[in-house]
Amino acid sequence: MARSTEKVQALTAGEQMQRGLAGILRAKETGTLAALLMMCLALTVTTRAFLTEDNLFDVIRGFSFVAIAGLGQIIVMLTGGIDLSVGSTMGFAGWIAAILLAGTSRGSTEVTPEILASGFAGPLNFPAATLIAILAGAGIGAVNGLLVTRVRLAPFIATLGTLSIFRGILVGFTEGWTQRIYQPQFLFMGQGYLARVPVPIIIMVVLAVLVFLFLTRTVWGTNIFAVGGSEAAAKMSGVPVRNTKFMAYVLCGALAGIGGILMSAKLGVAMPTAGQGYELDVIAAVVIGGTSLAGGEGTVWGVLIGAAIMGVLRNGLVLWNVPAYWRESFIGLVIIVAATVDQFRSLRRP
Amino acid sequence: MPKNNGDLLLEMHGISKSFPGVQALDKVDFTARRGEVVALIGENGAGKSTLMKILGGVYRYDEGRIVLRGEEVVFRSPHHAQQLGVSTIYQELNLTTNQTVGENIFLGRQPRLPGILGALGLIDRRAEREGALKHLKHLGVPIDPRARVSELSVAKQQLVEIAKALSFDSDILIMDEPTAALPDEEVHRLFGLIRSLKQQGLAIIFVSHRLEEVMEIADRIVVLRDGQLVGDVPIAEVTVQKIIQMMVGRTITDMYVKDKIEPGEPVLEVRNLTRKGVLSDVSLTVRAGEIVGLGGLIGAGRTETARAIFGVDPIDSGQIFVRGKPVRIDSPRSAIQHGIGYVPEDRKQQGLILIMAVRENIALARLPEMADLGWVRSGEVNQLANSMVEQLRIRTPGLQQQVMYLSGGNQQKVVVSKWLALNPRVLILDEPTRGVDVGAKAEIHGLINQLAKQGIAVLLISSELPELLGMSDRILVMCRGRIAGELQRHEFSQEAVIALASGAEQLATEA
Repeated sequence: MARSTEKVQALTAGEQMQRGLAGILRAKETGTLAALLMMCLALTVTTRAFLTEDNLFDVIRGFSFVAIAGLGQIIVMLTGGIDLSVGSTMGFAGWIAAILLAGTSRGSTEVTPEILASGFAGPLNFPAATLIAILAGAGIGAVNGLLVTRVRLAPFIATLGTLSIFRGILVGFTEGWTQRIYQPQFLFMGQGYLARVPVPIIIMVVLAVLVFLFLTRTVWGTNIFAVGGSEAAAKMSGVPVRNTKFMAYVLCGALAGIGGILMSAKLGVAMPTAGQGYELDVIAAVVIGGTSLAGGEGTVWGVLIGAAIMGVLRNGLVLWNVPAYWRESFIGLVIIVAATVDQFRSLRRP
Repeated sequence: MPKNNGDLLLEMHGISKSFPGVQALDKVDFTARRGEVVALIGENGAGKSTLMKILGGVYRYDEGRIVLRGEEVVFRSPHHAQQLGVSTIYQELNLTTNQTVGENIFLGRQPRLPGILGALGLIDRRAEREGALKHLKHLGVPIDPRARVSELSVAKQQLVEIAKALSFDSDILIMDEPTAALPDEEVHRLFGLIRSLKQQGLAIIFVSHRLEEVMEIADRIVVLRDGQLVGDVPIAEVTVQKIIQMMVGRTITDMYVKDKIEPGEPVLEVRNLTRKGVLSDVSLTVRAGEIVGLGGLIGAGRTETARAIFGVDPIDSGQIFVRGKPVRIDSPRSAIQHGIGYVPEDRKQQGLILIMAVRENIALARLPEMADLGWVRSGEVNQLANSMVEQLRIRTPGLQQQVMYLSGGNQQKVVVSKWLALNPRVLILDEPTRGVDVGAKAEIHGLINQLAKQGIAVLLISSELPELLGMSDRILVMCRGRIAGELQRHEFSQEAVIALASGAEQLATEA
């Protein structure tokens, strides 16, 4: 396939299509995609279970929550920031949805007569509860955004703080209890299938397309890249730097919230520990996907590949019967290898 | 081996180097002798930096060989090159500014205390200080080794870097645009130092865009063009005009063709702009179609004036009027809304987003206007970018090219086009041709004239006197945060600007 060299003048719709293709083929993500395909190939050859419809959909659904949170994380990382609080945000939003649907904040694990009488319904119906839960995620993002843009804390510190604060609030309110969810429409979002495809996968794809369009086709998206590329130059060009960053954190919170909600819908319970440690998986997925920690560079496509590599690897470790106690170190190894490859790639620049 | 001036110290034979898509150097020969200043010149992208970086051990070359003091060598790293006596002083100095002068000179090879303490890694501070002092004295430089580098002027930092280089017993010193950030008097001091190093038998490779300086200091010039050697001649046999010809491969006649423009109404008026400790009572007026030059030494407050007008830095008092109406400017955003554009001095940090494409950089400031509810009208952006690329003759492989891969001149055109996209009333240009090669410079000058002709009020900041004198209709000269004086075109001369800039007139009137 012709890579159409660099003479891409971007004039006609046809040329734009071509440019899109060239973009997909451009080295950075191609390398990680190749790594992903190689992993898949190795698993196909060495195990019987990998290349089956059930397993593949299981794997993809498994990483879809991380990928969705990753779609938020990349927005923040493109501005040159980082959001460590996404794991807490995921757990928090999932729990908010659960209590709004179940009607108690300290739910029992059994179906009580009251719940049966109410037709499994909490104080709010399914769309309202879900929306409020997403807004709760966005709210955590807004707190992060304010801390970063107004109080001018370093993103790492600000979100390290909110990571603990919101996890703490969650554990505090639940006192460690798990909240069961019965609302069938809600559970469908996590457990259901549309045309044999698990619903979370469909949601992930839709969100990926939306975030892609947001980043590449809107003024805000361009501003996000500009702020991450050079904050000084962006400011000098009239880009509202602080608002742009604020918005990035809000969107990150909202997307992490969606990831968390789907995760609780998949499990059918909201646990106070849900999403704990996920911030590392999310950040790893984004970075493996080629997003620069310095900001300004990265693609949605890369996030999906990065999340897939993490997901396939976890699946592979299970299929290969790697003892559970050892799995974590393999994942660490993959992160290091991916970052190393990226390092060599960036060295080629003049 | 005896060290006599004139001995062949370095020979580079048939050096070739290519980067993906570019033949940066094509079989280039280069020599340097003891006691010689060789100026390496060429337009941006001609291959100077590549050649220099090969010599500095930064890049490997594809072909050719390097003979140093009669022995063939291969530089494995910048450190290795330095150990072999080749030191490079880059334009961006490599000092740890948070540490002292002494610590910098001995960075990575600190003298240790004797015995067990030294083995444990304890540094002999006294030896460090005295060693540093010895090297600094050798250069005749009065700098305290205990001073923190961040407290020193750029000129002094550069001297520290030279002292550090010489402490390696280097006999080849490569200097990349060493005068770019120096005020005139420091340039003379630096040249004095270069001459004395020459006497001591060093070979100095001097890379510069400033041809007047090259004529003054160099013994021989080596000219590169498009990666090829086009000239290697003793300085006595060339003129500035001839060098330019070699560099660009064509004759550039009359660098400054100034069209007569009748200035219109005042567009930008600044009254009593004051920022404590930085600017005091700065007033100026720029009319439509007028190019007002802002001269002065580095640190006189020219860039600060521009930043205050553009809303980057807050002001303590003063007023700004645009087309007769008072305006409040508290951010670049509001300045832009009032039709002011600013091409900053620091192109790479503030003018451009280097990792973004040409297209995005051109459209960035105007993007909100080219969008419906935030959704960018791509076609319109492409059209704008295309027309700018065409109009300003920006040489780029495509609109999607990241601007970091463009040459300095083309990068600057991208910055200018970002503002032109907004149809500004006022354009402030801060050192618009710094680090830009001769050909592109002439083009940018032509562009500035053209903008003035279209009725844009231009405020031009330049440290290069020929440019300032050649381009401006009027010149305001700043000195220590004030406007020291104004010169009309018939009063223009380098001497007049320098006199005002150095505060000579002020002193005369005060006395």
